[in-house]
Amino acid sequence: MTIDLTINTDLATKILTGFIRTELNRVGFQRTLLGVSGGIDSALSLYLSARALGPKNVLAVRMPYKTSPDETMEDAQTMIDDLGVQSLTVEITDMVDPLINRYENMDRVRAGNIMARMRMIVLYDQSVPFKGLVMGTSNKTEMLLGYSTVFGDAAAALQPIGDLYKTQVRQLAGALGVPERVIQRAPSADLWEGQTDEGELGFTYDAVDRLLYLLVDQRYRPETCVEEGFDAAFVDRVVRMMRQNHFKRVMPPIAKLSQRTIGYDFLYPRDWGT
Amino acid sequence: MKIKIALAQFNTRLGNVEDNLQTHLDLIEEAKGHGADLLVFPELSLTGYVLQDLAVTTAIHPHQEDPVFKKLLSLTNDIDLLVGFVHEDRRHRFYIAAAYLSGHQIIHIHNKVYLPTYGMFDEGRFFAWGDSVRAFDTRFGRVGMLICEDFWHASLPYLLWLDGADLLLFTSASPGRGLNKAPRLSSSVWVEHTNRAYAGLFTNFVIHANRVGYEDGLNFWGGSTIHDPNGNLIVRAPDFEEALTLAEIDLNQLHRTRAHLPLLRDERTNLVQRELERITHHHDH
Repeated sequence: MTIDLTINTDLATKILTGFIRTELNRVGFQRTLLGVSGGIDSALSLYLSARALGPKNVLAVRMPYKTSPDETMEDAQTMIDDLGVQSLTVEITDMVDPLINRYENMDRVRAGNIMARMRMIVLYDQSVPFKGLVMGTSNKTEMLLGYSTVFGDAAAALQPIGDLYKTQVRQLAGALGVPERVIQRAPSADLWEGQTDEGELGFTYDAVDRLLYLLVDQRYRPETCVEEGFDAAFVDRVVRMMRQNHFKRVMPPIAKLSQRTIGYDFLYPRDWGT
Repeated sequence: MKIKIALAQFNTRLGNVEDNLQTHLDLIEEAKGHGADLLVFPELSLTGYVLQDLAVTTAIHPHQEDPVFKKLLSLTNDIDLLVGFVHEDRRHRFYIAAAYLSGHQIIHIHNKVYLPTYGMFDEGRFFAWGDSVRAFDTRFGRVGMLICEDFWHASLPYLLWLDGADLLLFTSASPGRGLNKAPRLSSSVWVEHTNRAYAGLFTNFVIHANRVGYEDGLNFWGGSTIHDPNGNLIVRAPDFEEALTLAEIDLNQLHRTRAHLPLLRDERTNLVQRELERITHHHDH
């Protein structure tokens, strides 16, 4: 079967830049800041933000750890220069190493989460003097798989690219002029040296995007996906990841006691009154 | 008879009736300046769309002395208005509603009949279902109003057509969805096809005002249109942009179209009624 994830990039750009501008302005902000790693997701959020708000209203923050590859930091700088956005470099090594080194049983996933959350702290702190809101960089694939650090890279005020699969992120990034090196590099959460998403996940974004599109967008049953040619173990694993990580996509449940409880029968949109 | 119609599409302040009323007043003045005879605002134009619990705090009991309606009515000397609001009836039920105002009078109120409560929509949780659909007389002839999901059901435009409406006034706050290769969202293309089909099948004017802007992550695509009784597009407002779009329509087109295409004349309402009776009373189908 043919699964076509191609999007109209002009239309996507129109909707997403309008979203960024409107949703910031309506709550009284003109500016945004975001972590820029040299990877494609933050690159796309950066290019969209610069286009939506003007480069002077965007702060790109590079937050390397001592093992972060030089070339990704260089690519981040290239994009900063290319767009003319404001920028800042805050190395997080000295901030996270005391906690990482404090425990002998520290493992690399914990360490990676500490780094992701420290970057969140830096961004939310910088948002105050910059008078901006933190722009999210999560795509639909990673959100559905739960491949993110809760309260870390998943923390943001707006998620402009959260309804685009990774392969669609590549397409839109290309249309907006993100450097080819950034688009082509193997995606990595940079949790440890040499880590790649696809290596850690054990499947490619191309394959999982096609499967997620059937399961989520087209409401295929998992068994129908297998009939359509997807490997049964792969389908099973992806379905399980979506379910097990759902907690990352929702607010923590509040234990109901009263007649009217936040989240159940106290229901207002985020844009309430704006 | 030629009349000039204005379609307003703008981003509302969510739950702030006072601010939205000011936008209405500004747009009414602008439309008057262009000589518009009728100005159509989108669904829930006085409140915004994703209201949830704001439904009850933004609701209006519409009458001549209500402060919001009083201001709007005061401007209806030489322009008719269609506005969208939350209607609180005397029994304190809350409806998504549209009001037609003309000559200082509230001519007609339509309560949305079909409340989408599936997928991304949750209207049935917060609003009461309207229970009637009626055409009504205006200085431009007989008119029918429907709100968004109402015209995703063919029965309501059909009933209005049989009830004498030559002008169908559709309003919506339609969240854009369905991004693919095409230059327009699939929801936008679908709605325009539908409106065009109603215009052609009923040999009617179909006037559609759809809002723009964003609420949380939802975008509203605008693209308000007017189709003539031949199903031809007369005007299309820009996608995603705030705009006051004006177009003149020639009501004599009804005569010309129906002279060569007598679909209304030949419509067999008794057959429809007989078969509906059979279908609704006969359970074995």
